[in-house]
Amino acid sequence: MTIDARLDQRLQVNDFSIKLANVNGTGSSSANSLLMQAIFRMGIPVSGKNLFPSNIQGLPTWYEIRVNKSGYTARALEYDLVVAMNAQTYAEDINDVRHGGYVVYDSSWPLDPDLTRDDVTFIGIPLAKMCLENFKAPRERILMKNIAYAGAIVAMVGIDVSLVADLLAETFARNEALKESNQKALRLGYDYAIENLDCPLPFYVEPMDANGSSILINGNMATALGCLYAGATVAGWYPITPATAVMDNFIALCARYRRETVASADPEVPDTKRNNYLIIQAEDEIAAIGMVLGASWNGARAFTSTSGPGISLMNELLGLAYYTEIPAVIVDVQRTGPSTGMPTRTQQADILLCAYASHGDTKHILLFPANPNECFDFAVRCFDLAEQFQTPVFLLSDLDIGMNDWVVPELEWDDAYVWDRGPVLNDEDLATMSSFFRYDSLNEDFVATRTLPGSDEKGAYFIRGSGHDKYGHYTESPPQYQEVVDRLKLKHAASAKHVPAPLIERRENATIGVITVGSCDLAVREALDELADAGVPCDFMRVRGFPFVDDVRAFVDEHVHCFVVEQNRDAQLRSLIAIETGLSTEKMHPVLNYGGFPLSAQQVVEAVLLKLEN
Amino acid sequence: MPSITKPLIPLSPLPKNDLGLTIRDYEGAMSTLCAGCGHDSVTAAIVHAFWELSTPPHMIAKLSGIGCSSKTPTYFVRGAHGFNSAHGRMVPIATGAIAANRELTYIGISGDGDSLSIGLGHLMHGIRRNVKMVYIIENNGVYGLTKGQMSASADIGSRPKKGEANVLAPIDPVAMGLSLGATFIARSFSGDKEQLVPILKAAMAHNGFALIDVISPCVTFNDHEGSTKSYKFMREHEVKEVETDYVPIRAEIRAKIPADAATEVTMHDGSVVRFRAVPAGYDPHDRLKVESYIRDRESRGEIVTGLLYVDESAKEIHEVNATPPTALSKVPFSSLCPGAATLATMQEDFR
Repeated sequence: MTIDARLDQRLQVNDFSIKLANVNGTGSSSANSLLMQAIFRMGIPVSGKNLFPSNIQGLPTWYEIRVNKSGYTARALEYDLVVAMNAQTYAEDINDVRHGGYVVYDSSWPLDPDLTRDDVTFIGIPLAKMCLENFKAPRERILMKNIAYAGAIVAMVGIDVSLVADLLAETFARNEALKESNQKALRLGYDYAIENLDCPLPFYVEPMDANGSSILINGNMATALGCLYAGATVAGWYPITPATAVMDNFIALCARYRRETVASADPEVPDTKRNNYLIIQAEDEIAAIGMVLGASWNGARAFTSTSGPGISLMNELLGLAYYTEIPAVIVDVQRTGPSTGMPTRTQQADILLCAYASHGDTKHILLFPANPNECFDFAVRCFDLAEQFQTPVFLLSDLDIGMNDWVVPELEWDDAYVWDRGPVLNDEDLATMSSFFRYDSLNEDFVATRTLPGSDEKGAYFIRGSGHDKYGHYTESPPQYQEVVDRLKLKHAASAKHVPAPLIERRENATIGVITVGSCDLAVREALDELADAGVPCDFMRVRGFPFVDDVRAFVDEHVHCFVVEQNRDAQLRSLIAIETGLSTEKMHPVLNYGGFPLSAQQVVEAVLLKLEN
Repeated sequence: MPSITKPLIPLSPLPKNDLGLTIRDYEGAMSTLCAGCGHDSVTAAIVHAFWELSTPPHMIAKLSGIGCSSKTPTYFVRGAHGFNSAHGRMVPIATGAIAANRELTYIGISGDGDSLSIGLGHLMHGIRRNVKMVYIIENNGVYGLTKGQMSASADIGSRPKKGEANVLAPIDPVAMGLSLGATFIARSFSGDKEQLVPILKAAMAHNGFALIDVISPCVTFNDHEGSTKSYKFMREHEVKEVETDYVPIRAEIRAKIPADAATEVTMHDGSVVRFRAVPAGYDPHDRLKVESYIRDRESRGEIVTGLLYVDESAKEIHEVNATPPTALSKVPFSSLCPGAATLATMQEDFR
């Protein structure tokens, strides 16, 4: 190590980033999340981002851990420590470590001298050799290498090793052999580091109490919980990255919380299970949304979960749902498009697609969660809104929220919650009426009263995606057709005050407004703190629902400059604001991150400063 | 799809069913299909079947896709709940509806374009899931609403009104149903109400997906010389060797068993389907024999009609999923939401 590098080793307590470079399919992700989870249990704000390939085995994969005592846990672009476990990407990974940082590599094989850097400390640990000597089975030797390097890192950054041992014990509670080999591997790495290295490194963790009652959860699990709590009974779905885990989790939750035992009257006959749910793996996303429409028409709460390619396929029936006014909840865990795009990479590029899904004049309700906590709350609100407004409602999550573990406040449920089924007539209501027509009796939000199949004959009507008048009858008459579609526009506008309101946070003397959405939240907040420190105070607005309330327009109006930070190429949120408010895009400067990795504060700060300089 | 209200002309005295309803109570709006369209005859058979079974109209859900056939749910049982969906997408919508409320009787009306082209995948999966519904293909070999293009069920050599004879092999829903494991397969002819009504009633009693292919000639685009889906062709080539009666539960005791009765199938609800006449060696429970019989007749240019195959032992979608015996949509919220205390407990796993 050069003197320069040593000088750059400032002491960093609870403020550093680690990048772990692995080969996918080797079991590294569980070792990596183990580290993250242990740091979480030490009460320190932390995030873990899995940057993985669309592949089962053999391609490069990375995991980034950011520890930050101030709660800045968006993706960092500067790494204090790189754990280079993938020879394919050595050059790139070694290049990524900051000046004065550290690289851990497997010294069972010599490192190519061309790859070394003078300003970085290289720490070789003979991981493969250690595992070869200590484990017999070939697969075990590969898997345990991960736990061994995790053990070394535990020592190097001062993580409480007993916490890690506890986590392993919990994970392998039911498998004594695995528990034993994992503990052994952890010790191998840990002891090696303690004996051979100067531990801890200049950056390390110290216990804090910042996490309180927070939980560590991914958005797909939180969304599934929201659907469970909202009372969804029917789901249609088709497997797709990164949304599959929404339904995997929903299936598991239903099996656990929705299954009743029906006692058998006959002692010879065993008790039976009764499932208060029906989840159908469809033949494609068209069928998945079709099932949702059928079930919702029939009065069940139903949803589907998908990603961009699925939304593309669902467009046809989303138009049917919009025009015939059938509730539907669609979870879109956005990934990188267009086409197949990069299925395991994140983006927010379905905003316009979802806002105006399907041919003809259509507009939908969108909810934009920023983290798993909001995934839970907003999922429930989606079901209420869908039935209140008898229309499709989208929960626009993304891969970063959905598949990564986030530290968020614990989820809360109010037992006084009553599900809002919207205006629905029952047979007693019908008995008091001389006649019923589907679209002619409106509430203050322009929503027409509906009946459910099985209602008395008086409530029977015929749903049709073809032109219809306010009675639900077929029409080709211009005024009768327009009367219905004009009301649909009013209905959509009326929903604005019911969707989650934008979060607006103001700073003194701010003349600049920064608008953002969804998972950009943490990076933008961090950027605004940095900008304020640099003498550029900015107001903050995160939109959380579409259609927009007047506050969105007012926010743009009242700032000299606005920046719209989002994760797509075409500034879709900016376009949507411009289209829907009539404001010019000129005042709204786009700040765009769309390469597939989550946004970092640095990108926002640089973009804002660059624009202000010019 | 204009709907014209049918004038209710009181013709007294019309017979009443067990609900005190006359056949008029099972009718719908006036058909706007071409005069002589086979589909109108199918509609009449459906009206008859529901009336005879005394199905409460409000407990019927009628669904369709897009096309001439898909217009017909407007023309029967005005008191039923209807859903005219999108082209080819009726099966998924019906599947979701059935998932939510198993208490209704579901009837889906489709055509050969809707079922065998754009909606083929959905139909196959509806069969595979054994969704409990009656599924009728009003099969005329032609796209009517877009004026006469050949459909996927058109036979090789069949001539459209204009243009060249069809050279592509047809997709036969009966053969497809047999190979997919469909649990109820019938073929009929719109011109034969006597055969179609008992088949429809048996289909409604069937515990699963009941596939009925009804050859239903298009008088405007496919009823000419050279068509294999014309009235004339059907009358000349139909083979009615498999004949069935439907015996509802309450009538069982007084129903006389005809001398030529071959075999009986007891349906899930206790009613009985009685095969009155079947050819020697024919077994409506034996997929292979049914298939080889049909193929054999086909090779001689004959079209076999009747209730061809029944398997009443298979589980329908709700049995497979162990759902409650009543509608999922009626399960109270308190049974669906685990509540705040459980949420607090389960979050221990996220720490």
